Amino acid sequence: MRNSISLRSFISASWLGWKIESNWTDPFLFATYSIIKPLASAGILVIMYSIVTDQNFNNPMFAYLYLGNAFYQYVPAVLSGISWTIIDDREHYRTLKYIYIAPVNIPLYLFGRGVAKFLTGSFAVIITLLAGFLFLKVPFDFQQVNWLLFVVSLILGILMLALLGLLLAGITLITARHSYYIGDVVASGLFLFTGAIFPLEVLPVWIRPIGYALPITYWLELLRRSLVGNIAKTFPTFTSMSNLDLILVLLLTSLIAGLIAIFLFNKCNHSARERGLIDVATNY
Amino acid sequence: MALVEPISKKRSGLKLFIMTVFGRSYPRLVGMQRERSWIFFDIFVPLLSVSAYVFVYRAIGAPEDYVGFVVVGGAMTAFWMNILWNMSSQLYWEKEQGNLALYIISPASMMAILLGMALGGLFATLLRAIAIMIFGSLIFNVSYYVVSFWQLIAIFSLSMIALYGLGMMSASIFLLLSREAWHISNLATEPVYLLSGMYFPVKNLGFWGSAFGSLIPLTLGLDAIRQLIFKSGPSLGFLSVKIEIISLIILSIIYLIAAKFLLAHIEKLAMREGRLTENRR
Repeated sequence: MRNSISLRSFISASWLGWKIESNWTDPFLFATYSIIKPLASAGILVIMYSIVTDQNFNNPMFAYLYLGNAFYQYVPAVLSGISWTIIDDREHYRTLKYIYIAPVNIPLYLFGRGVAKFLTGSFAVIITLLAGFLFLKVPFDFQQVNWLLFVVSLILGILMLALLGLLLAGITLITARHSYYIGDVVASGLFLFTGAIFPLEVLPVWIRPIGYALPITYWLELLRRSLVGNIAKTFPTFTSMSNLDLILVLLLTSLIAGLIAIFLFNKCNHSARERGLIDVATNY
Repeated sequence: MALVEPISKKRSGLKLFIMTVFGRSYPRLVGMQRERSWIFFDIFVPLLSVSAYVFVYRAIGAPEDYVGFVVVGGAMTAFWMNILWNMSSQLYWEKEQGNLALYIISPASMMAILLGMALGGLFATLLRAIAIMIFGSLIFNVSYYVVSFWQLIAIFSLSMIALYGLGMMSASIFLLLSREAWHISNLATEPVYLLSGMYFPVKNLGFWGSAFGSLIPLTLGLDAIRQLIFKSGPSLGFLSVKIEIISLIILSIIYLIAAKFLLAHIEKLAMREGRLTENRR
């Protein structure tokens, strides 16, 4: 097993990714950096909510919004972690062509490089959740939590996000370096459709099907149900579906998204090789 | 035979400044023509992101003017992003790819190079801001109530001057930085959205919070614009529009002068410490 190219690609890339992600500064600054951004992001929503509702944090809507936003931080983290590796290796370190000619499984290498961002993303999620539980009355009862459902949903969701990250990595292979993280941009766009910070019923009827087609929507609902089941059930979107139903739909939509991601990555990968884009530098 | 045509006319002063601005903005404009994917990622997707915040307000039953606040705030984020990613942190990439040293060697002004970067990215920025304003207003039925058109133009222009002054000032710091530059830019996104009241009236941060946020010109600009175009704007404003105009004039002067001095000073410092060509992987 240790000699497997796939496993070695993943483990080495994870270690490399962590070193790159964390060694630019001292641990204190790194921790501060990891805390400020997610808290500011949550702060925007908290202030928006508190202005309109006169700080009615006991309303189920607040818990819905807060938890959805907290876990949604995994989306940009994983999408960017995997897709940005292409830009980082191609244009910053200029090592992508060497990776391609080494005995490396490219998709697993990309997944490995995304692990560091997943870890820092987890840190951000935990900090945001703690701030909510401790200071903003977000309900949390350790004994009421459905831990099995939580762990299963979290793992399935991260795998699904990694596959979506692969799709973006494919697109990144054939596009120029833009000034922003493509993963962050796409994640901010999907924010609208996934019911992360408001129930899907708020959206116009014609937009809702996009939300229902996205696995992220079911994943967030499962996480909410596992942590604060009573609150999640006060919103009508998925009341007709049991936890098992949601897991099955999550699996099915993730499978479809995964197949599309693998197909598109292979197509873009072939196109990038054909057009000589593996070592292109696009500094404009 | 000479490989390079001899320079027949030597440029200096304002002509050199303008040529530099044009020279640095040109590749960006050409790059955008060659690579069209930015239209999707830079214009269409941010519109979705802004819409998400609109629906939050709808979900919690906020007054309709708040929807307009989000649309205007979302449009203004484009300018902050242009400064942050197309100007300041671009110096990091220029350093990594070896262009920064060439800029310093050339007789061109660093301010002109930064301005060129900003102007080069301004086409996409304006398009993004206009798209968010137009589509956001149409989709969400935002109604405007413009009090003074001239004050509105003055506020917007002053905000941009102060904002780009601040951008140049902060870009000077990027001359010294290496990989941390990328992280600092990343860090200056959501916290700045929060401090400048991008999606809510900044007054809600309290006096001192709003005052601190006002160091970012976007805060005062956005607050004044909201006061001038929404009915409920004046009641939700932080300071009066006149005071905000005066504050923006002061900030513009301070930031532009500080940018010039800081760029010159930090350039020297970076030379002395050998940071201009360093490549800390």
